[in-house]
Amino acid sequence: MTPLTSCLLLSALLFSIGLAGALVRRNAILVLIGIELMLNAANLNFIAFWRYGSHAEALTGVMFVIFSIGVAAAEAAVGLALIISLYRHTRTTDVDKLNSMRG
Amino acid sequence: MPKDLSERIILLFTIFAILTVTGAVAAMSLRNLVHSVLALTVAFSGLAAVYLLLGAQFVGLAQILVYVGAVAILVVFAILLTRDSGTVPLISGGSWRLLRGSGIVVFAVFGVLAWAICHSSVGRHTVHLSHDTSIYEIGNVMMQRFALPLEIVGALLTVALIGAVTIAMQEKEGRR
Repeated sequence: MTPLTSCLLLSALLFSIGLAGALVRRNAILVLIGIELMLNAANLNFIAFWRYGSHAEALTGVMFVIFSIGVAAAEAAVGLALIISLYRHTRTTDVDKLNSMRG
Repeated sequence: MPKDLSERIILLFTIFAILTVTGAVAAMSLRNLVHSVLALTVAFSGLAAVYLLLGAQFVGLAQILVYVGAVAILVVFAILLTRDSGTVPLISGGSWRLLRGSGIVVFAVFGVLAWAICHSSVGRHTVHLSHDTSIYEIGNVMMQRFALPLEIVGALLTVALIGAVTIAMQEKEGRR
């Protein structure tokens, strides 16, 4: 197994774990954690293709991952703020119970 | 690259990959949310070590700073501010249909991905990086070719953080 293949397999495994968590767990914070894991799996793919692909000196993969980390941080901040705001209205973070728009 | 060094790198990669996957599984399956976040930091640290092994020093250190340092703390604060989420059941009662459906989706996704990775030709001819990339080069590229995206990410972060503060701010009677 080449290094690129093992990196991609690790990334696929990480993505699947994140997807399973986001689908199965009912707590909104854990759903957000699952999404973060999926984003990290995508980042690992970028780094692996940058490292083992051609034109590594252009640094496109690294720059993409840096921007992706920035966007993921913004997403986490807004998501957690939304969860806290929702909790204030409804006193729950269970995504099954959050089923009405007017709270 | 000498054979001994390359074998050592493969061993290190295996260790960090196992650490990452174990941390991720624990983060997604533990009942106590604080334990879950601790497992998440283990997974993020393992991933940062994998980045360092792959020669992306800046990304590995940024991963530790942003994810292990900032995002994990943010999640802990969110958990402590939402009192009902100290300990949550793994699956809420009566959702076995959901569990079965999710299991099918997850295994289908992983199966397709693994099949595609193992059968593609992309892994066979790989170019090896001759030189390590320094932070100097990353800064050069960031200030020249990627200057506009950098500014946009800065603006996005500012807007997102102001928005997050506005959303999470305590509502007063009648006005915010």
